[in-house]
Amino acid sequence: MCYPIDFPLSHESGVLMAANKIIELKNISLVFPGVRALDGVDLSIEEGEIHILLGENGAGKSSLVKTLCGVYTQTGGTMLMDGKEYAPRNPLTAINSGIRVVYQEFNLLPYLSIAENIFFEKLPKKGCLVDFKKLYSDAAAIMAKVGLDKVSPKTLVEMLGVAQMQLVEIAKALSGHSRILILDEPTATLMPDEINTLFELLMKLKAEGVSIIYISHRLNEIFRIGDRVTVLRNGQLVATKKASELDIPSIVKMMVGRNMESEYPFDESVTPSSPLLEVKNLIYQGNPHPKSFTLRKGEILGIAGLVGSGRTETMRALFGADTKAAGQIFLNGEELHITSPKNAVEKGICLLTEDRKQQGLILEMSCVENTTITDLKSVSFRGFLNREKETEATEKQISEMNIKTPGINQKTLHLSGGNQQKILIGKWLYRDSEVFIFDEPTRGIDVGAKYEIYLLLWKLASMGRGIIMVSSDLPELLGVCHRILVFSDGKITGELDRKEFDPESILKLSYSEYLNA
Amino acid sequence: MTSKITENTRWRSLINVFLKEVGIGVVLLVLVVAFSLAAPRFFSVLNVSNIFTQISINTVIAVGMTFVILLGGIDLSVGSVLALCSIIAGKALTNPSLPFGTAIVLAVTLSIASGMLIGFFNGFISETWKIHSFIVTLGMLNIARGLALQISHSRTIFNFPQIFKDFGTTTYFEVFPAIFLIALALVVIGTIILRKTVFGRMIFAIGNNEESVRLSGHNVKFYKVMAYTICGGTVGIATIMYMLRMGIASPILGVGFELNAIAAVVIGGTSMSGGKGSLIGTFLGASIMGVLNNGLLLIGMGDFARQIVTGAIIILAVILDTYRNKLSAKFNA
Repeated sequence: MCYPIDFPLSHESGVLMAANKIIELKNISLVFPGVRALDGVDLSIEEGEIHILLGENGAGKSSLVKTLCGVYTQTGGTMLMDGKEYAPRNPLTAINSGIRVVYQEFNLLPYLSIAENIFFEKLPKKGCLVDFKKLYSDAAAIMAKVGLDKVSPKTLVEMLGVAQMQLVEIAKALSGHSRILILDEPTATLMPDEINTLFELLMKLKAEGVSIIYISHRLNEIFRIGDRVTVLRNGQLVATKKASELDIPSIVKMMVGRNMESEYPFDESVTPSSPLLEVKNLIYQGNPHPKSFTLRKGEILGIAGLVGSGRTETMRALFGADTKAAGQIFLNGEELHITSPKNAVEKGICLLTEDRKQQGLILEMSCVENTTITDLKSVSFRGFLNREKETEATEKQISEMNIKTPGINQKTLHLSGGNQQKILIGKWLYRDSEVFIFDEPTRGIDVGAKYEIYLLLWKLASMGRGIIMVSSDLPELLGVCHRILVFSDGKITGELDRKEFDPESILKLSYSEYLNA
Repeated sequence: MTSKITENTRWRSLINVFLKEVGIGVVLLVLVVAFSLAAPRFFSVLNVSNIFTQISINTVIAVGMTFVILLGGIDLSVGSVLALCSIIAGKALTNPSLPFGTAIVLAVTLSIASGMLIGFFNGFISETWKIHSFIVTLGMLNIARGLALQISHSRTIFNFPQIFKDFGTTTYFEVFPAIFLIALALVVIGTIILRKTVFGRMIFAIGNNEESVRLSGHNVKFYKVMAYTICGGTVGIATIMYMLRMGIASPILGVGFELNAIAAVVIGGTSMSGGKGSLIGTFLGASIMGVLNNGLLLIGMGDFARQIVTGAIIILAVILDTYRNKLSAKFNA
């Protein structure tokens, strides 16, 4: 039942006699410890359709794709392929069944040729040597199909531009008998004319009967290529509809959902006072748009926007984490010259990074060592550590933050995600700062721990600290913040006070720069 | 309830210490017992004292090397730097216009200072231009050797003051040579630095996750450069010990010393990728190498065969170490 794409199907340009379902997902659930990534999702993919998968960051798109291609195994529900049960044990079985994924981050080997990359999994052989003649001619055939005919198959991948690399990825995905091609944010890094070329290719593939699952943040693309649209929210299916029946406002409404307020504490008694941190014309390397904003004492300022919209980069620039940032930063009216995180920390600004395992915690070290690292001066005398003071300080954080650990000497590696996050927050509370920047503080942790973290933000606010919270969880920002700044494609596109909060307008603002593209 | 937990954790930490440190000690013990049985002379006072002398210099260099390897770096220049330091110290020591006391103080100071200076350069260059220390110290290996040959006109310096040579041959309580006590003192001081000070905490933390330490508001470069400087300093000390023991300074000293030091550190269980290890381990690693060398000689093994066995033991020790780590991880899971 698998059609190699070299043999076009008999139907004309994607018009099918009857919708032939290639794959059907029924009631799929995927549960990780503490997180319900997918919750009873139904989805069907028809032959030769372009199916758009939409949802906010963390809505479950990636989890769904990874379940389809055998990276994860669902904890509930069944998948059918051509009416028969489909249970890929690993990515290879999925590939053999004809499901190929082109991820946002390319998996190409830069120092090998295009041809070698395309056929990397199955190099043609002559005896025990690689049959390079066949390799190059096969590669040239596939490259012609995807429109990569201007370069030689012998070219090294490192010489290619992003758009061409993407085509190599697609060619690689088509090298077998692909029936379903999954594209994760394929246009994120492409120029408009490159996008046009890509879309032409997708329409051609569709005409040949290949089904395409297309994930994108750029809502306007839906109407250019999409046949059907599926929206996910919080791991649940919102709806699957024909693209022709939808418009942008209705899609946004489906993505955001409502009625989330009660999960979030909001303390009316805490009101922001005088300006604490003023950022003027901040520029970081790779982004020419100057950004200015103010944070007041006792304020929780939310930063909304899509992944890659420059939220994290701006915060890192403010903290001095990356070199080459320009602009002025004032703390309590005094100008700071921040050139390194050391500077920033000494002046009273701290940053809780989004990636707690790589950049936050030292996983191989204990709770104590992770907690006191921000201020070793206060637990040492003339350079010698005072173990008792360290223990005391750590125990205080652990009990105040309700961290569950078998002991303070436990390696943080062995703690759960929520407790790791609390240790990370605890280490910055231990060194008292004036400005706390939290980048995705609640990502990947369970609801209970989330609530405790919100309460903590409010405690800090009531003490007159300034808090910046970057989050991809829109309801969370709406529920917790005094004010929200919206980032879109490297610019600040909006600023909303609490009374103006409206999920639709925030989502529109976060997409605004992409819509114009 | 709480006391039970603390007792439990105490037991756990004891077993942990056993898995981490004592594992390598058992290897040493087995070797000592085996050689004592095979060669009766092995455990004599004279021979034990001999072994102590033989391992001292390697131990001291390996102490410095441990700091660098804990950061995930390496210092290949130590052998050549030892030769260079010996020439500088030797010139000062044999300067006829200086009284003995002044000459000795000057020689020791210059040796340590030059070692530290070269270590500083190693660290500074590697950190400023983000070049792996393997390359930087490989270059320095050649530079220091060339400098030593140039300054000395490739001549050996001897005729050191008598007091200097006397101290070099002094043995306390019949078994403890003076230079061994220096080595032991450095192991103890190094252990205190690594375990009890802010600096030591930073070394381990940077070795484990440099980015996290940087984002916690620390000047990572300072600590890294300091570790290389310390390594150079220990080479300076080792140089003086070498001169005390041999009574010469020569531009061709120390060839291959870097490999012995690295072997001692690795046998001692310090991870080449950094962040994990101890100076007690390093000391035991140097001891194992010394005991092997001495013991194999005593049972009549030839030079070539000894090299083969020593090499095999280095590899075996590291294989053993991976098992030890797995066991330790399983125990903690």
